[in-house]
Amino acid sequence: MQLKKTQQGPRNIRRQLAVATCSLLAGASHAGGLIASGDNWKIDSALLLYAEKDRVSLAEGILSISKEIDDDEFINARIVTDVLTGSSPNGAVPSNTAQTFTNPSGNSTYTEAANTTPLNHTFKDLRNALSVEWDTPLSRSLRGTIGGNISREYDYLSTGISASLAQDINQRNTTLTLGFSLNKDTWDPVGGVPVGFTVMPASPAKKAIDGASTDKTVKEILFGVTQIINRQTLMQVNYSRGQGSGYLTDPYKILSVLENDGSGNLRGTNPYIYENRPDQRTYQSLYWKGVHQFPNENVLNLSYRYFWDDWGIQSHTVDLRYRFDFDGGHYLQPHLRYYQQGAADFYRQTLTDGEETTLSYASADYRLGEFVTQTIGLKYGFEFKNGAEINFRAEMITQKGKDRSADAVGILQNQQLFPDNEAYLLQGGLSLDSDMVIKYIMHFFKK
Amino acid sequence: MIKTTLFSLCTALVLSACSLEPVQPWDRDILAQQKMQLVADPLEIYLDEHTYFSKEASSGGQSVGGGGCGCN
Repeated sequence: MQLKKTQQGPRNIRRQLAVATCSLLAGASHAGGLIASGDNWKIDSALLLYAEKDRVSLAEGILSISKEIDDDEFINARIVTDVLTGSSPNGAVPSNTAQTFTNPSGNSTYTEAANTTPLNHTFKDLRNALSVEWDTPLSRSLRGTIGGNISREYDYLSTGISASLAQDINQRNTTLTLGFSLNKDTWDPVGGVPVGFTVMPASPAKKAIDGASTDKTVKEILFGVTQIINRQTLMQVNYSRGQGSGYLTDPYKILSVLENDGSGNLRGTNPYIYENRPDQRTYQSLYWKGVHQFPNENVLNLSYRYFWDDWGIQSHTVDLRYRFDFDGGHYLQPHLRYYQQGAADFYRQTLTDGEETTLSYASADYRLGEFVTQTIGLKYGFEFKNGAEINFRAEMITQKGKDRSADAVGILQNQQLFPDNEAYLLQGGLSLDSDMVIKYIMHFFKK
Repeated sequence: MIKTTLFSLCTALVLSACSLEPVQPWDRDILAQQKMQLVADPLEIYLDEHTYFSKEASSGGQSVGGGGCGCN
């Protein structure tokens, strides 16, 4: 026993120093936290239950395994599965009469009651994703990380690679990070890829399509600086730029087309058309994060992001987590998040008859509108003496949007066009080492 | 205007870092704690980013990669 302690001592110190160094590297890597525990695999798992009021419900499970395969060299693999059911706004506005829509397949219809947000009730999906990452030292002060990811839904395939370099300078108090990622995605939407601005025909007629599948490419680059401010404070500043090209439209979203008379009534024939977005998008962001530990050992984690793109969207995000540590390994962590977004230039809640022939692009997707998201949550965690951790969190997310007054004409002035949303999130997490799992299994079978 | 101001603040922050007293490796016991990492709970952050990616037009900033999704 004593021998074991003696052997573990220097290794633990070295591992702690590795953690201190790697803390500066988390900026470019999406997986982050590639800290395996000694010779064992580190196993992190989480289950998320997410439910929107009268809309989407989701269960998402994650299993992440990490290992230090050589001195300061780490690998990580993450498996994600999520199951999603429920309803999602289809883009049409509420009306004072019931509205009937054609399902994406064109084989059936669904009807929404008067004065309710039209929802697509065929929203079901199963997503499986796998990502792997390898993080290795390239010299005494330079680290490299490469990774790959693939995810599959029944109508969407995403494949990607990422790479980053992290150069320590200033006695390893400053780390400069350069990251790059490339994603190639393929849409295979139900019923084919609708031609933008063509009508949603009444079933059983089929929509005009531009093939059965389509692609998009997303490239991102990130430059970051992480700085140790003092013994208790760490800061990070990132600038990132991304470019999407290809099919950036949502094949399931439509727009309501109104009569030209200002009445707010849907036009008599073919009142719904498929949305159409630009096939290029360049977006940028500036991101700042600070982590500070107070003398009472509580930790503040605060971040701010300013995001803008060439679609006219700008957003501000503030995220605050404050961890209160208690005796015996317990902690509580409140979480507040505030997100404010401006609308895309081509965001429209309605069009008027014939307007689709004069516009290049239009979308009624609420995610391109002007809105505010607020999140309030609380996490409880317990750290076992052997290093394992179990945690739970509950959060409430509210999303409130602003209607475009120019689109809310006539009878629509009495309707709420933006589909405000309320969602609840529950999450449980468990982290432990592989040797703990083996011990538990052995203990179980001994019984 | 916002962009210029933010870029200026970031540049000032980076330049001011040069004048900081370096923290030596043996003084990094606090910074080495898991709760002091920039991403203290990677799975929680992954789930948050996936959730907000599907509900908002903005994403990223903290990292690159992570994969696409038909949800947005």
